[in-house]
Amino acid sequence: MIKKIALIGNQNCGKTTLFNALTGSSQHVGNFPGVTVEQKTGFIKKHKDELELIDLPGIYSLSPYTSEEIVSIRYLLEEKPCLIINIIDATNMERNLYLTTQLLELNIPMILVLNMMDEVIVSGNSIDIDGLKERLEMDIVPISASKNEGIEDVINAIEKNLNQSAHHIDICHGVVHKAIHSISHIVEQSAQSLHLPLRYCVTKIIEGDDDMYDKLHIDQGDRHIIEHILEKMEEEAGTDREAALVDMRYSFIEDVCQHTVFIESETKEQIRSEKIDRLLTHKYLGIPIFILIMLFIFYLTFSLIGAPLQDLMDMLIGQFSDWVIHLLETNGVAYWLRSLVGDGILAGVGSVLSFLPVIVILFFFLSMLEDSGYMARVAFVMDKALRKIGLSGRSFVPMLIGFGCSVPAIMATRTLSSDRDRKMTIILTPFMSCSAKLPIYGMIIAAFFPHKAPLVMLTIYCIGILVAIISAILLKNTIFIGEPVPFVLELPAYRIPTLKNVYLNVLDKAKDFIHKAFTIIFMASIVIWFLQSFNFTFDFVSDSSQSILAAIGSFVSPVFAPLGFNDWRASTALMTGITAKESVVSTLTVLTQSSSTVAFNQALAGIFTPLSAFTFLVFTVLYMPCVAAFAATRRELHSWIQAVLTVLFQTGMAYLVAFLIYQIGHLFI
Amino acid sequence: MTLDQMSPQTLVQIVAVNGKGLLRRRLLEMGLTPHTFVKIRKVAPMGDPIEVYLRSYVLTLRKEDASLIEVKVVEHD
Ligand SMILES: Nc1nc2c(ncn2[C@@H]2O[C@H](COP(=O)(O)OP(=O)(O)OP(=O)(O)O)[C@@H](O)[C@H]2O)c(=O)[nH]1
Ligand SMILES: [Mg+2]
Repeated sequence: MIKKIALIGNQNCGKTTLFNALTGSSQHVGNFPGVTVEQKTGFIKKHKDELELIDLPGIYSLSPYTSEEIVSIRYLLEEKPCLIINIIDATNMERNLYLTTQLLELNIPMILVLNMMDEVIVSGNSIDIDGLKERLEMDIVPISASKNEGIEDVINAIEKNLNQSAHHIDICHGVVHKAIHSISHIVEQSAQSLHLPLRYCVTKIIEGDDDMYDKLHIDQGDRHIIEHILEKMEEEAGTDREAALVDMRYSFIEDVCQHTVFIESETKEQIRSEKIDRLLTHKYLGIPIFILIMLFIFYLTFSLIGAPLQDLMDMLIGQFSDWVIHLLETNGVAYWLRSLVGDGILAGVGSVLSFLPVIVILFFFLSMLEDSGYMARVAFVMDKALRKIGLSGRSFVPMLIGFGCSVPAIMATRTLSSDRDRKMTIILTPFMSCSAKLPIYGMIIAAFFPHKAPLVMLTIYCIGILVAIISAILLKNTIFIGEPVPFVLELPAYRIPTLKNVYLNVLDKAKDFIHKAFTIIFMASIVIWFLQSFNFTFDFVSDSSQSILAAIGSFVSPVFAPLGFNDWRASTALMTGITAKESVVSTLTVLTQSSSTVAFNQALAGIFTPLSAFTFLVFTVLYMPCVAAFAATRRELHSWIQAVLTVLFQTGMAYLVAFLIYQIGHLFI
Repeated sequence: MTLDQMSPQTLVQIVAVNGKGLLRRRLLEMGLTPHTFVKIRKVAPMGDPIEVYLRSYVLTLRKEDASLIEVKVVEHD
């Protein structure tokens, strides 16, 4: 039988790093608090098919605040794992142990893993592991997950504790102690019959959790008694019940730490972080530096490093295509098959695949930013601005990820603590131009604005951001009236991103992209080739304007006349773009039957004027995202209707903005 | 006095945490409990939120929420 082990701890304490070390599997690691947004599972090395480890989202306490905290809590209570590995950041024992005091109440066997021990030791601080063990009465394993130190010890501790029954110390003391025990007597039986951990139930009762009152079927009489007990406790404690409970926990922790944790100074990383932040969150320089960093990343990605690599890729793909076509020709393969391979598959997949280097580079930088801890600073710096449009600094992170890909960005909204903020962020994120749209910009710029590439690029990105801001203000004052949620966020110490983490993340994204190129784009290329090579009587047509696709495209294309491009090929490209944005390029390549870049540029000049080419770009930035992003939207909103409304809104905005730009632009040109 | 009124580099001790509901509990659970020492470190470029140091870690919160926390000054820098 498979035994489940839950990995749980505060945000950013190294759960994912330990998970990777224990399972050997790859998974995304980030240094923005709360980057793990889904439960990920993997088998522990050497215990394949036996011990399954679950990497839960980071939480600070067992009181649900964000939707990912709810995920973790529900998992612990409902799935009842065999063992909890509570991982804590040893540079920050007090706050991390708070969760531990709550986990103790769950009646599940548990081991405590102290991570980041390298940082503790280097700064001359120390922790008395044996003393801690004695006081907390459980196995304690000091490790450095990112340095792979102590991983074996964790596995040994898991093996040792797996089959033991839960034995936990009682941390309660003082006036709260009396109240807890009195209430325990009242609810003991119903908790037992429901198989709920008693102490956890009592805590929830003291916190005034209505759900728990209902769950335990506490009748009116008992409610009165409980209320009386609590009022008496409040009187004696001189504070309210919630504060008294938190205070009891923290004073227990303070007592433990006083005897076991010896802090000489802040850690080296913390001191260094403060110095770095003097610049990065500086009063006047903070924002310009952020903008510079982003511009620099874009410059490296799209120009300095990305462009030559992309040219190289283009050349290799071109040579490969020529070679294949030549081979088919010399072997006397039928014309239609040659056309399928050359004009369909190779042209379609190839045009998209050439963007692999750019995407790899962009994700490399984004995951560096995440892993280093800078993302949390961005949230800190930008919070006030985002608040003006009804969001919080936390929404900024998903939006930045959105420049890479909308799918992980939409998933990252789970770190937001209010439903309202989440929904707004999900709707707005796709306006951040994702990397899959780059091929489209590349295509149009090469054909129409070859000497103004950076300017056009910047304008396009800015239009996306601007529309997001306008939409946010619009939504804030109509559908999403209300206050943005509180913003209480930890700023983790800056850490040098580990190459392994960044590498694993980039590898993941590259695999995804290649997978997409050989599945969705591959299929789409074939379908489009078919539709544009045959007419309704399934005869092969040499002139694609006679084809099925031309008929469909022509039917739709008048809709785009007010935007300046009433051409069946353009409208078809926009439709296929819904499968994946890169398809816009592959479709246009296939439809114009261009065998070379020069020919393609000429063909495009026949479809667009410079102005309508620009409005086409604007429309592609803003209109509904690809199916994968749509699916993510639906999943996160838990509603088909809302997801459909979201993409309708996005497409509506796209149409409106492109319309305005074309009509106004027309007056001047 | 409340936490939001303190200028950077001031060391304060928490007297009480006001407010209610989830926000208050979150503030308490993040370690902002009465008697805790808190050092104000900086104000964000646009004037909000603020950055504080407590229990060996760095936390950021908005002035609006910080105004719920009553403090007394321990040391002025
Ligand atoms: N110095 C040091 N850094 C570590 C150690 N373990 C992890 N880190 C770094 O800490 C940061 C956060 O690690 P993650 O594994 O993403 O933390 P997490 O708990 O999964 O975070 P969330 O999923 O965001 O809650 C990364 O930059 C890691 O490289 C360690 O033992 N020592
Ligand atoms: Mg994680």
